[in-house]
Amino acid sequence: MAPRREVAVVGFAQSHHVRRETTRNEVEMVMPVLHQVKADLGLDQSALDFTCSGSTDYLAGSAFSFVLALDGVGAFPPISESHVEMDGAWALYEAWVKIQTGSADTALVYSYGKSSPGSLRDVLSRQLDPYYQAPLWPDAVALAALQARACIDAGVTSQAEMAAVAARSRRAAADNPYAQLQGSDDPDVLLKEPEIAAPLRRHDCPPITDGAAAVVLAAGDRARELCERPAWIRGIDHRIEAHALGVRDLTDSPSTRLAGERAGVGEGPVDVAELHAPFTHQEVVLRRALGFGDDVDVNPSGGALAANPMMAAGLIRIGEAARRVWAGEAGRAVAHATNGPCLQQNLVCVLEGAD
Amino acid sequence: MGAERVAVVGIGQTKHQATRGDVSIAGLVREAASEALADAEMTWSDIDAVVVGKAPDFFEGVMMPELYLADALGAVGKPLLRVHTAGSVGGSTALVAASLIQAGIHRRVLALAFEKQSESEAMWALTLPIPFSPPLVAGAGGYFAPHIRAYMRRSGAPDHIGILVALKDRRNALKNPKAHLHEENVTFDSVKDAIMLWDPIRYSETCPSSDGACAIVLTDEAGGDAAAASSSSAPPAWVLGGAMRSEPTMFAGRDQVNPQAGRDCAADVYAQAGITDPRAQIDVAEIYVPFSWYEPMWLENLGFAEEGTGWKLVEDGVTQMDGDLPVNPSGGVLSSNPIGASGLIRFAEAAMQVRGQAGEHQIDGARVALGHAYGGGSQFFAMWAVGAEKPTS
Repeated sequence: MAPRREVAVVGFAQSHHVRRETTRNEVEMVMPVLHQVKADLGLDQSALDFTCSGSTDYLAGSAFSFVLALDGVGAFPPISESHVEMDGAWALYEAWVKIQTGSADTALVYSYGKSSPGSLRDVLSRQLDPYYQAPLWPDAVALAALQARACIDAGVTSQAEMAAVAARSRRAAADNPYAQLQGSDDPDVLLKEPEIAAPLRRHDCPPITDGAAAVVLAAGDRARELCERPAWIRGIDHRIEAHALGVRDLTDSPSTRLAGERAGVGEGPVDVAELHAPFTHQEVVLRRALGFGDDVDVNPSGGALAANPMMAAGLIRIGEAARRVWAGEAGRAVAHATNGPCLQQNLVCVLEGAD
Repeated sequence: MGAERVAVVGIGQTKHQATRGDVSIAGLVREAASEALADAEMTWSDIDAVVVGKAPDFFEGVMMPELYLADALGAVGKPLLRVHTAGSVGGSTALVAASLIQAGIHRRVLALAFEKQSESEAMWALTLPIPFSPPLVAGAGGYFAPHIRAYMRRSGAPDHIGILVALKDRRNALKNPKAHLHEENVTFDSVKDAIMLWDPIRYSETCPSSDGACAIVLTDEAGGDAAAASSSSAPPAWVLGGAMRSEPTMFAGRDQVNPQAGRDCAADVYAQAGITDPRAQIDVAEIYVPFSWYEPMWLENLGFAEEGTGWKLVEDGVTQMDGDLPVNPSGGVLSSNPIGASGLIRFAEAAMQVRGQAGEHQIDGARVALGHAYGGGSQFFAMWAVGAEKPTS
């Protein structure tokens, strides 16, 4: 279904992603990014009709952790504002919906994640069914390994292909000044490394990252004023799957496929895709679900394998895809975000430059 | 561009109580959602999208529990959003769900909010570290008590106003079978003699800690018209206006007693709903009052009374069930407080009033009702006005 209003991504900023922010708290991490995205467009907070953010209390280890992040926004006089306990890509979705209602023409979206204070793979196990799974503490890397094993057994991918994904992504990140990991050994060298959670090797896993990102959306002529070549959101949709891993086909991503269809991915050629695939095998699963051929340039930024700030990595995919459209490097781009264990929930967004 | 009209056609609530040990978290949300679907004369497959709201995940110790609840809420293969805007989240959940219909994206949306506070100790979960201050370790009551003191000083309100509010809400709750607290023997003296927790807030002037969930089904104009035409279902409640406003927790000069975000939010809702005189045009209000004194404070913030005079409405009985502005006929947050759900319960109770569904706590002739929620340090606000008549614009 075509959106009622033309809405575009017109601004994007992100932090220089690092393994550990030792001196800055979450507010101090997100504030420069917010200042940057507003300064780039010459906007102050009063010019932004709606603000929406995405984060999770479980990374901060504190209830209501998002409340203080509001200090980074400059929320006085009071602002029209909301927050999702999800990746910032879903905050962008809520903001896009708000603009579609006609009650806003511009929106600020931001998200952040500081994973370094805890043991991320164990923290993420708290996302699981609290009665039957969480008490067993299966960690996030172990669950991804189960999924990778299922994919290899089903002939969906191989360890060699996974190593190639890792090498390609981190080499692409050499051109991304914000990336945490840049450059890679050749795949055949990577394959000599030991497995850390069979069949995953270290290179198959994302880095643990502290980082933040912000995006500005604008409708119609407001977008044209703010951006020479706006990245128009031609379609955006998100879907969720069942939670229990045992009832899902982990070698496929039906929620990505459905969201992609609803967003209109197949209605034209795709030049660039930014896929939120924290683990190498997940890129293969997502490419298949979205029907991509070898001609699609996937994750020229390096993707989540080069920097994976929780809660922001999905929003960054949309920003990176938009950036390619602004620069004229892509006529049509696809961005994807994921949430939950083993790609449980997925969002797909189609961006286009004006012809 | 005109936004699509939105109607509430289904409402469900659990029986709220201190511990719902008979159900899992999934069972709790399923109970409310099933009741809302039955009320809407719909099944799970009729729902296009689900919006889930709750307050901090630490209350149950489950990170992003909506992921685990996707199955129980019939959301598999559908869009599911999870909202968290502190105590106002229940209200925000309804507003985000409504926006999906206003935008023309979906036709039927299930909004659900819950909290199962018996899984943890909400008192400690609500003891937040305040930068550059020694920790109070005193929960939300410790945070809000000084603001109440400031209100009393500013307004000159007599000490017994809070007692009157608590007595009213606890008595109203006796008419609401879903309410957590049913204190048959509550009296002015029993509230007055209750232990002082955070001066001036007594134990009986404080919200309980509850397990509970609330769900509503929202539809587009065609769905609302169909409900209006149906002989078997309750009439729809039409959304006349809705808004959210936020401001930071702390800054020099911030008015924490009568925050600007609350005033701005109400003004936005009234403008959308064509309300110029809220005291005259709103028949009943469900206002988020977790501590008794917040009733007069919010009466002023919402424009029902001039600044400094809200307590007079309480003293004159205006906010009683038989007053001319009944507030919290359901018993309010003072009688049931599953925190994440409490805002949605206010929104739902407002809709129940204009649908004529409120049973023993129904206000006769209610045509326009306000639902209100707030959260954080009196800094996040979500409100809606609903009416029995379809809005013309």
